[in-house]
Amino acid sequence: MANLKNTEKKTKAQAMGMHTEVLTGRTQQKFFNPDEAENFYYFGTYDVDFNKRTDLDVKDMTAAEANKEIDNLMSQGFGTIVIKNPQGKHSLGVGILNKLNLIFEGSLGYFGMGSCDGPIVRINGRVGWSCAENLMAGKVVIEKNAGSCFGAAIRGGDLICKGSVGARTGIDMKGGTIIIGGDAGAFTGFMMQRGRIIILGDVGINLGDSMYDGTIFIGGEIGSYGSDAVDSELTKNDQDWLKRKLKVAEIGENFDVSKMKKIVAGKKLWNYDNLEPTEKKGAI
Amino acid sequence: MCGIAGLIHRGKSSKVGHELQGMLQALKHRGEDSTGYALYGDTDGKNFIMRFKVGENVGEGSTSVAEDVSVYDERKKIVDNYLSELGAKIIKEERILPYSLRYEIEYDKKDLLNFSQKIESIPGVEILSMGKSLEVIKDLGNAKMVCDRYNLDKLVGTHAIGHARMATESGVDIKSAHPFWGYPFSDVSVVHNGQLTNYWNNRRSLENKGMRFMSECDSELIAVYLAEKMRDGASLEEGMKESLTGLDGVFTYFVATKDSLGMAKDTMAAKPLVLYESDDLVAMGSEEIAIRSILPQEIDTYDPFDGEVKVWQI
Repeated sequence: MANLKNTEKKTKAQAMGMHTEVLTGRTQQKFFNPDEAENFYYFGTYDVDFNKRTDLDVKDMTAAEANKEIDNLMSQGFGTIVIKNPQGKHSLGVGILNKLNLIFEGSLGYFGMGSCDGPIVRINGRVGWSCAENLMAGKVVIEKNAGSCFGAAIRGGDLICKGSVGARTGIDMKGGTIIIGGDAGAFTGFMMQRGRIIILGDVGINLGDSMYDGTIFIGGEIGSYGSDAVDSELTKNDQDWLKRKLKVAEIGENFDVSKMKKIVAGKKLWNYDNLEPTEKKGAI
Repeated sequence: MCGIAGLIHRGKSSKVGHELQGMLQALKHRGEDSTGYALYGDTDGKNFIMRFKVGENVGEGSTSVAEDVSVYDERKKIVDNYLSELGAKIIKEERILPYSLRYEIEYDKKDLLNFSQKIESIPGVEILSMGKSLEVIKDLGNAKMVCDRYNLDKLVGTHAIGHARMATESGVDIKSAHPFWGYPFSDVSVVHNGQLTNYWNNRRSLENKGMRFMSECDSELIAVYLAEKMRDGASLEEGMKESLTGLDGVFTYFVATKDSLGMAKDTMAAKPLVLYESDDLVAMGSEEIAIRSILPQEIDTYDPFDGEVKVWQI
């Protein structure tokens, strides 16, 4: 079983009450340090001007053509791009490792905005399965509903859906924040490892099933708890953070966060250091 | 990975053949081994429409064999004789392809079980659908190929469901293609996306209760399962709700009757479905692009939740 230690030297994030524990098992021991964010850059990214704006009609383009054109526009310095007629196409806006204001006037299909790091995205429609999968940083706002696997494996950033989402929201997430204005389906937070999920509405069955870590806040009814998901006390710090986050997300600004439920991992399923984990059997 | 699509117009008719072709063609990347349509056309409701095949179109992995047209001719003759013996009168006869036929028949008796058993006792003959509105058309190839081959573009009706198949559990042939008729119930059809893991247990149990299976495709189980529930007095919606626990595996399926269209999603919500609902139209498909093919304007769609069952009337 992995050991938990309290670190003596606190980063900014830890001072805010986040990531106070360090894993010492066979898992990854060093996490991204937000204090060093400014030292990180990607080769091949562009200097863009947010005031330089253009439209891109993708009606008659394939996803690959559209994504290539977005890259081309960024290389020309355009910092605000409005995508017209996405019409539910899959894999639009993937792999953007750049600061960018991206606006979709319509809905996306599967895998929209996957593997991105940095852009601020607003989607004025709906998104299909696996939106913003592997998001590293930035902000993605969906004005309507989203499909299943919303924010799968995100590492950072804010992912906001003002409507309802399907099943397995935040599956395998390793950081960042997911905020849902409506309801969420089954297996929300399935196997999540870090990060936070906020659901203002109801959630389906098996909430937080097999979660390793992270926190889930629920405003409505819970269908059922998953293995090793347990209630925790909603602190004053939590409430302050929720208020701030909802305000920034422009969603549920007047929501009474004091009545939200806080769900965390019971941590009885952790078995990194044991080949025959008796704790796991007991927990199940 | 297969794709399913369905639509129902409420209070009016439309070119559902054309619309469903567009929806299924948009999903062709999910599988184009075969494509099937269950179309509910506008009819006067007096006569039965029987879609049946007297041979197979054989693709990869099929256990069937391609046969000579003369064999099909011989089977057709026997079908005609049996229909006469059953007291059914052929009003209109169309041989769309050498192995695929459409009969409009006058048949007064309500019991379709004996009727179907008699016709299907002929080796190589399978009734694809039997109903006063339903017509099941399925064949190898993508949606456009099948639509063109069977001239479905102009068919006018109220609702339809369809399936673009990537064969995984059984071979590429017509008998394994969707939709499946809810044998022996008139005007019932089913399409399915997913895998059923208790297929054989359920099949043995249902066969012991006298139900019939024509293929080894796990999806056929849904049609037979629902037919058995309805035979025992359950409503369609009740049968669908029972299927959430009676069927094991991952599934999203549509079922249609003469005047309704329904959907069910398993409790894991492991298979996709996007739904658009308005006062006069419900359209749904495995992906939003299917709906966009008939509604290109900006619309509100959503994913039904796990364990959800919905039924709409025309």
